[in-house]
Amino acid sequence: MSTSLVLEQLLNGVQFGVMLFLMAAGLTLIFGVMGLINLAHGSLYMIGALVCATVAAWTGSFWLGLAASLVGTAAAGALIEVAVIRRLYGRDHLDQVLATFALILILSEGARWLFGSFALYLDIPPVLSGSVELPGGVHYPLYRLAIIAAGLLVAVGLYLLISRTRLGMRIRAGESDREMIGALGVDIQMLYTIVFALGAALAGMAGAMVGALQSVQVGMGEPVLILAFVVIVIGGIGSVRGALVGALLVGIIDTMGRILLPQMLAAVIGPAKAAGIGAAIASMSIYVVMALVLALKPKGLFPAGT
Amino acid sequence: MSLLTVSGIESWYGASQALFGVDLTVGEGEVVALMGRNGMGKTTTIRSICGLTPARKGRIVFSGSDITHQKSFRIARAGIGLVPEGRRCFANLDVSENLVATARPGQWTLDAVIELFPRLGERLSQSAATLSGGEQQMLAIGRALMTNPRLLILDEATEGLAPVVRDDIWRAVRSLKQSGLSILVVDKTLSELMPVADSCVVLEKGSTAWTGSPADLTAELQDRYLGV
Repeated sequence: MSTSLVLEQLLNGVQFGVMLFLMAAGLTLIFGVMGLINLAHGSLYMIGALVCATVAAWTGSFWLGLAASLVGTAAAGALIEVAVIRRLYGRDHLDQVLATFALILILSEGARWLFGSFALYLDIPPVLSGSVELPGGVHYPLYRLAIIAAGLLVAVGLYLLISRTRLGMRIRAGESDREMIGALGVDIQMLYTIVFALGAALAGMAGAMVGALQSVQVGMGEPVLILAFVVIVIGGIGSVRGALVGALLVGIIDTMGRILLPQMLAAVIGPAKAAGIGAAIASMSIYVVMALVLALKPKGLFPAGT
Repeated sequence: MSLLTVSGIESWYGASQALFGVDLTVGEGEVVALMGRNGMGKTTTIRSICGLTPARKGRIVFSGSDITHQKSFRIARAGIGLVPEGRRCFANLDVSENLVATARPGQWTLDAVIELFPRLGERLSQSAATLSGGEQQMLAIGRALMTNPRLLILDEATEGLAPVVRDDIWRAVRSLKQSGLSILVVDKTLSELMPVADSCVVLEKGSTAWTGSPADLTAELQDRYLGV
């Protein structure tokens, strides 16, 4: 196992983690601030990818597609919050799960009706195509590095938004006591719509960026949604910092495990068995990590408000 | 001229009726003491005025506008600042953030609040959760003042505080009265409340039982309505 392979897989893990962070940041804010379990968050990821692919195909510009996906998913998020989600805040989590599961079905069928069942393809923008040489002679795709940079920039921006702006203070205050912040003059419904739209835009951004690495199709958000839930449980529900750390942890463990475990097991039980068993253990690894974190820190690594 | 007029309000918690007809008025620059034994409806009256437990019957008029069915944030923006029972500071924000998060333009700025409560100035970057009870109370008052209200509502502002801290709070209330701010105050410390109040409203079983000046609240009335 060469150092260059480890470095390459580490970067792949970070890139996967950054993508998970964009999903998980919105999810954790929505759950932390509004107490809402939003299973339809994966659908917003799908909408982001579909809008980006469609607009990029029409205009020939990835960047216009990305901008359209941000605006489109934020608008879709605001619309969904006003039309459906707003009615769920006072209800228990089972009602929220059922209603947002219904939203998945509606949005998926709606997307199938609008965009068709066939996969769409999104090209990497020319300025980000090609690769760069990293220390050790590894050639790594520039686009994946750009995803990492964009995700980390979003993380810094979100940190500043939440910790340094008055909107961020109000979001955190709403997390602490939503009735009281309303009694002090803050329109909590508007605040919730803004948070939901922000979360939707982040999911849409993740979908749009990943759309250039894989096919864009209906239902692409649900597998990522499950991982995003694992991330926010590990990181601490409601914590953006926890979402970043949890996402990087899950991304790196999942990616490295899939590559390294079969190779490590091959030395003990032979390559034939190692491929199957290694892959199986690797796919379980993030859930094992989640169980360990919950056993040691039941509220996650960085509980909200710490 | 009255700033706040509450006329015959009736409020419910689900199917349980808590208020059966509460009447009170607060004039410009006036301090009104809302009194009564525990469970008589003082906090529910305040919650109804602030839109947190909206009245189903009756009328609440603030500064000439009917606010009975307004949302709580609109009532706050109209000029009612609430210092709730139990303080309810935002535990995950620091002192400065608690004060600034919901502030609105006006005479009450961060500096003005720190001048009123110097101890808050020493703890601006400290988490609200780590403050003492008295400091949290000062923070809750400062937070409400920074919304620059025309009417400040204090619900049990000195409950559970050490005597020396209570003195600080009452000193602040007297200072606010002198500045001309209208105040509706609920408190059990009659010895402090009576000198500062311009009028008293006594609630019994969810409705207004007596209204008058502190001088008219005789020992017999105090015994009958307040059990002192």
